[in-house]
Amino acid sequence: MELTADEKEMLEGKQGNAVKKSMEILCALGEIYGAKRLIDVSSVQIAGVSYDNLGDAGLEYLSELAKDGRARVLTTLNPAGMDLEDWRKLGIPEDFAKKQLEVIDAFKKMGVIASCTCTPYFIGNLPRYSESVAWSESSAVCFANSVLGARTNREGGPSAIASALTGKTAEYGMHLDENRQAQVLVKVRAKLRAVPDFGALGYATGKKIGNKVPLFVGVKRASVEQLKSLCASIATYGGTALFHIKGVTPNRTRKPTEEVIITQNDVDDAKVALTDAGYDEPDIISVGCPHCSINEVRRIAELLDGKHVKEGKEFWICIARPIKQIAEQAGYAKTIEASGAKFACDTCMVVAPIKGRFKCLATDSAKSCFYARGKNAFKTKFGTLEECVAAAVTGEWKAKQAKQAKPAQPKKTETAAE
Amino acid sequence: MLAEVKARVIAKGVAEGDLLVSQKPVSFYGGVDPDSGVVTDGESDIKGQSIAGRVLVFPTGKGSTVGSYTLYRLKKNGKAPAAIINGECETICAVGGIISDVPLVDKPEGGLAQFKTGAKAKVDANAGVITVTQ
Repeated sequence: MELTADEKEMLEGKQGNAVKKSMEILCALGEIYGAKRLIDVSSVQIAGVSYDNLGDAGLEYLSELAKDGRARVLTTLNPAGMDLEDWRKLGIPEDFAKKQLEVIDAFKKMGVIASCTCTPYFIGNLPRYSESVAWSESSAVCFANSVLGARTNREGGPSAIASALTGKTAEYGMHLDENRQAQVLVKVRAKLRAVPDFGALGYATGKKIGNKVPLFVGVKRASVEQLKSLCASIATYGGTALFHIKGVTPNRTRKPTEEVIITQNDVDDAKVALTDAGYDEPDIISVGCPHCSINEVRRIAELLDGKHVKEGKEFWICIARPIKQIAEQAGYAKTIEASGAKFACDTCMVVAPIKGRFKCLATDSAKSCFYARGKNAFKTKFGTLEECVAAAVTGEWKAKQAKQAKPAQPKKTETAAE
Repeated sequence: MLAEVKARVIAKGVAEGDLLVSQKPVSFYGGVDPDSGVVTDGESDIKGQSIAGRVLVFPTGKGSTVGSYTLYRLKKNGKAPAAIINGECETICAVGGIISDVPLVDKPEGGLAQFKTGAKAKVDANAGVITVTQ
């Protein structure tokens, strides 16, 4: 890789230890992936913030970097393991809270904004079309690439920090036009109405095509909330950093030759797969994975108006703190909190240390189901926002269960081979 | 017997130890106990073995990017591998090796099949040379 004089200085340690370590990381990645040079990034989103994931070693590494490392571009943070202000309300242990706050302090010392949200694009970290950034958090990466048309690889926590402290990334992967072309044409022949339909589409597609870049056709429109849900789901169950939807997303792409079809059966099967049989009394209901938009909060306030969360149930609305502040100004927060539902700012179901506290999660997020099962050993119920609120109020999951497709009906089941 | 094998440098440093070879991708996060260095991944063919102080050979990394921090944690606990040889390195292991000062090379000439568990090896990840001794 060819480095400029300034970049060579950074690598030689003339601009401090943190910058040196960061340049070693960026140059090694450039070497592995065949980059010819480093490029500037305009913003960074750092994942790996929860003390639950970092442990003492991660904290130690961050403290070491914070000695002389300072962010050179706009840098925001992924959710932490707790609400940084009201952590007691969520039942977070004292010793965990102390360590989590030390992690946040190390980031603040580096000049990173402790935004603690997986939706940085809702709070002002909003790159424009064709802009190169260095983001971690798979759902946000997919949103930046697919919906905004910005360019980022799927960074890990340390490589994102390396970009923050240098303002650079290696030019490979998603930064190059040839890697942003669709590889599979995905014909959607299913009705997509609510947010979980898009989560189910992401699940079904991810399982079929893995981390290839899809071009969806047959999706006529999609709201920002629906796209947010699709990004989270397809990145979790498949691993892609980018998708295209004809008529919806901004990137140009060639039409690929490989083709798959997603039928109504595929979408229904995904919903069945994300819902565990039995366990019809979820004890934790959580929405906001990725973090809620203000429009979702508005809808939750409408649904909860005058109602109460059933005793013994927890209802978490995971959200970025600035969005909660807007909800307070608009009066939504008062309605929601009067019902007994709780805002979980700065954190979420995926990264909070809640293993063992609950048995069954009800959610409108396909991504949440994956981590609730894998990380926390919870059972899951997957449905619409309306169904989740109803479960919180009545204490029971009564969502109409999608029927699993019967396999032996070749006439009605379309396949890619047709 | 003494064989010198050229490899690509990912994370610099020099170290030696007994080879521990896995045919499968390794996930450090959730796949290796950070306090003991013992492999816990049910899908791994070296499950139950300790990677501490070994020259760990495996095709590539997998799993969460938090794995980079797990390698750092292993190092701080004195349970990290002495060095790593990958078939083809990816982000998680590369970053883990660099931040933890664990020498790491990949793409050794002649592939991974030449490395056998139990043999000794010296990894010079400054020069990009692996020396296998019996």
